[in-house]
Amino acid sequence: MERLQSVHHVIVILSGKGGVGKSTVAVQLALALRAQGRKVGLLDVDLCGPSIPHMFKLDGQSVHQCPEGWLPVYVDKEQKLGVMSIGFLLENNDDAIIWRGPKKTAMIKQFLSDVHWQNTEYLIIDTPPGTSDEHITVMENLRAFNPDGAILVTTPQAVAVGDVRRELTFCRKTGIPVIGIIENMSGYQVPSLFRCIPIDLQLSQGLEIGKEVSSAPVMDAIQEVAKRLIMLDKDLP
Amino acid sequence: MRVNIALAQVVNQQERWQHVKVAPTSLCALLCQRSQTKVGVLDIDICGPSIPTIMGVQNEQVHHSASGWSPVYISNNLAVMSVGFLLKGPEDAVIWRGPRKNGLIKQFLRDVDWGQLDYLLIDTPPGTSDEHLSIVQYLSQTQLDGAIVLTTPQEVSLIDVRKEINFCQRVGLPVIGVVENMSIFICPKCKKDSYIFPPSTGGGEKMAADFRVPFLGRLPLDSRIGKCCDEGKSFLEEVTDSPATQAFVQIIHKIQAHCSQEQSSRETETGEAMDEG
Repeated sequence: MERLQSVHHVIVILSGKGGVGKSTVAVQLALALRAQGRKVGLLDVDLCGPSIPHMFKLDGQSVHQCPEGWLPVYVDKEQKLGVMSIGFLLENNDDAIIWRGPKKTAMIKQFLSDVHWQNTEYLIIDTPPGTSDEHITVMENLRAFNPDGAILVTTPQAVAVGDVRRELTFCRKTGIPVIGIIENMSGYQVPSLFRCIPIDLQLSQGLEIGKEVSSAPVMDAIQEVAKRLIMLDKDLP
Repeated sequence: MRVNIALAQVVNQQERWQHVKVAPTSLCALLCQRSQTKVGVLDIDICGPSIPTIMGVQNEQVHHSASGWSPVYISNNLAVMSVGFLLKGPEDAVIWRGPRKNGLIKQFLRDVDWGQLDYLLIDTPPGTSDEHLSIVQYLSQTQLDGAIVLTTPQEVSLIDVRKEINFCQRVGLPVIGVVENMSIFICPKCKKDSYIFPPSTGGGEKMAADFRVPFLGRLPLDSRIGKCCDEGKSFLEEVTDSPATQAFVQIIHKIQAHCSQEQSSRETETGEAMDEG
């Protein structure tokens, strides 16, 4: 796991429900941090449903091996944003990963120990929904590296909010600090706990074709989250 | 096994979305309820059970009796079982690895006393892992009717749903059909349609055609469904004028037709039909 030592900050994205926009938030946050001049890594540990490669239009790319380990797939020429996902290891995009817990755990451990992130400042980890094998494994293995914390993503509905309460309990039990909660798809931009991201046609269309979007309300929200993350960092001793 | 799964079972393989995802299961159940069929809903999303909230029974507890665990009854012909009924409160998290989840699923199948049921709907978490493998494995000796696969129109969702159909094919679970949810959004004020999740690659219908599985229909995004789910009300009874209601009724009819056709062909095959005649 020494390779993770070169990473300055580790942020885990969590949510109880699927489809609340974890991957969307992870991708936009990575782009926003890069826009502020940081070197960012994005690790997708959703093994059964990896969405990150498609959102960066990296479908079909594969991972390269170097003496230091696996090289992430870079989104840009400057290599400021690197991505690692099981999607890059599949031969066919439609292939299903039909694995029980132990195999998923082994794969995630390998992702955490073998990827050569090269002085990445922010590593964002996108997780599948729930509080099970993937999450327990990530938390157990990150503990030694003192991760910055978790960002919880939710939507305004009670059902999804209910799941966030469970996710908060999970963070408390596993001892990971909660950086904040992002409310996604907040239709009418009501301010809430951390920051709300409105539903935006441009954003969902942009992600469909793997293009960066520049819609004002969404980007403002994301940029502010990124700024607050960087500020948070300055406050720390 | 002590389960009395009478006529049919429908396994619901669902993919990546929030609570509206489970809405179809509960709506399905509520519709069946209206037509006086006996329906059970089993929620095997161990880490994120939503069914109790959607059905408006989040404060209920499971009762133990001599014949096993009693499910929670919404009405005399609609019963529900979920890990949510075993938790202390809404903030209680189930932080379990696979084997414990599988143990509970087994217990649900073995110990819940459903009585006589026409349909058992099983709501699954997203993914193709422990819960999905276990449920198919444990029910392999029963007559599983098949899986209903849910998707939303955009490619990001379809990528995962293709994997889900692949999963069904690999484990030999028939796909009853694909339902596309959140197809269009009809503004409740101006009645204007908009595609919040654009079907850039043809949506659920094209995907179903690609895999040669039936396409059961589209459900529009209606904020009133979400509201009813949050409040645990029956959407079909509260908002009768919504296009979603009609679309839903049609989808249910297709599923029921499929199940009864399967059943009669099964009976012909085994000679059961002759006995009765």
